[in-house]
Amino acid sequence: MTVTTDILRRTPLHALHVELGAKLVPFAGYEMPVQYPAGVLKEHLHTRAKAGLFDVSHMGQAFLAGDTAALERLTTADVIGLKEGMQRYGLLLTDAGTIKDDFMFSRLAGEADLYLVVNAGTKEGDFEYITEKLGSAITLTSRFDRALLALQGPAASAVLERLSPGISALTFMKVVRTTVAGAPAIISRTGYTGEDGFEISIEGADADRVARALLAEEEVLPIGLGARDSLRLEAGLCLYGHDMDESTDPVEASLVWAIGKRRKLEKGFPSADAIMAKVANGTAKKRVGIKPEGRAPAREGTEIMAGGRIIGRVTSGGFGPSANGPVAMGYVESAFAADGTKIELMVRGQALPATVAPMPFVPHNYKR
Amino acid sequence: MSETRYTDQHEWVRLDGNSATVGITRFAAEQLGDVVYVELPPAGKAVKAGAEAAVVESVKAASEVYAPVGGEVTGANDVLTTEPSKVNDDPEGEGWFFKLKLADTGEFAKLMDAAAYAAFTKDH
Repeated sequence: MTVTTDILRRTPLHALHVELGAKLVPFAGYEMPVQYPAGVLKEHLHTRAKAGLFDVSHMGQAFLAGDTAALERLTTADVIGLKEGMQRYGLLLTDAGTIKDDFMFSRLAGEADLYLVVNAGTKEGDFEYITEKLGSAITLTSRFDRALLALQGPAASAVLERLSPGISALTFMKVVRTTVAGAPAIISRTGYTGEDGFEISIEGADADRVARALLAEEEVLPIGLGARDSLRLEAGLCLYGHDMDESTDPVEASLVWAIGKRRKLEKGFPSADAIMAKVANGTAKKRVGIKPEGRAPAREGTEIMAGGRIIGRVTSGGFGPSANGPVAMGYVESAFAADGTKIELMVRGQALPATVAPMPFVPHNYKR
Repeated sequence: MSETRYTDQHEWVRLDGNSATVGITRFAAEQLGDVVYVELPPAGKAVKAGAEAAVVESVKAASEVYAPVGGEVTGANDVLTTEPSKVNDDPEGEGWFFKLKLADTGEFAKLMDAAAYAAFTKDH
């Protein structure tokens, strides 16, 4: 007898992906499009040139009600100080002060509840953790039934304006309740590509119609998870479970900027004293950008060498289509973390020269 | 008169006399997606049949290219170093990887012909 435990979940756009000829792969328990017929390279370049539509409905959406300020007990972000109509990036921490997840949270105008978006692979665990830690102070309502679309690229604003009049006035990290193609939506001017763009949360039942309306605009192509990964890597953005996880803390992950100014002073997040001591005194290892000098990509897991010994490991790496060459990020001993430091990458038994490099590898293009 | 045969690792090998030209099949190129980097063997290198001889990387992943037959490398398609997309554009023509001086013609005869390879990829 075979017990099947790996039945993949589908997003509300599954039928559309199939119709568009997507190559579907298992990802975080979902059957997701890794690429469409255009291919990863063209999808990547199209997003940076015009506009790409991503289905990210597998991500974990939720509303947090009650004493929302209590969320500060689990995150480094300034929750209380978040103004209406704004979205913010936060790190969810374990008791030990390591990174349980990263997430976005929004305070919608005139609403008491916070709107959260967490990573797909961690969503159940995150929401159990928040509920367990904050108890009766809060009520967390997960909305895995909702769809989430991302429209990214320099033409995203002009395109979305046609379906959601007035939306182009929204600036980076702002969020609003509005409509798109007549469907009620929560739209933020955010994304995971380094480009200008929007993330659009809608009811699952509206997703197919809204996605088709966006794809009908001539600047828009559907973009799979393959290009999503190369776009975010060029933008220097971390992928949870690869570039940080429960074995790394915010200082090692070079995410000190995600600790709110007031939080640094008041503390009150898990292991705050230890983390602030690391902010002051440094850490043994640090996440850095890496630019291989040749053409060979260095993939995740590649050993980083200096002076004939291993000083770290690549956590994300590949070919950057817009950078037109290999790009990577990884952890190195802090003595080797300065930009310009010469290192070597062990690729197929050969030590290939590389340099610690500032990120992003391709300039961000946000509408501030 | 040349003849082309195929491996279960999705390489093709074209034999002219005792000179064998090696590349990856159209099926393999399509599976890999956009090729962004190719590593080729140096001339003079001796390779055994089934041994790793080259590397091909797409945006998604790195893959080894195995020598379909044993022999000595006589040259490589250096154009691929600067134009790796030729592997996608013309995998069984201009996108060839390297040439070998064949050591044993018996190894060539054991490989799949076009019809057998077509049947093989149908199941994949």
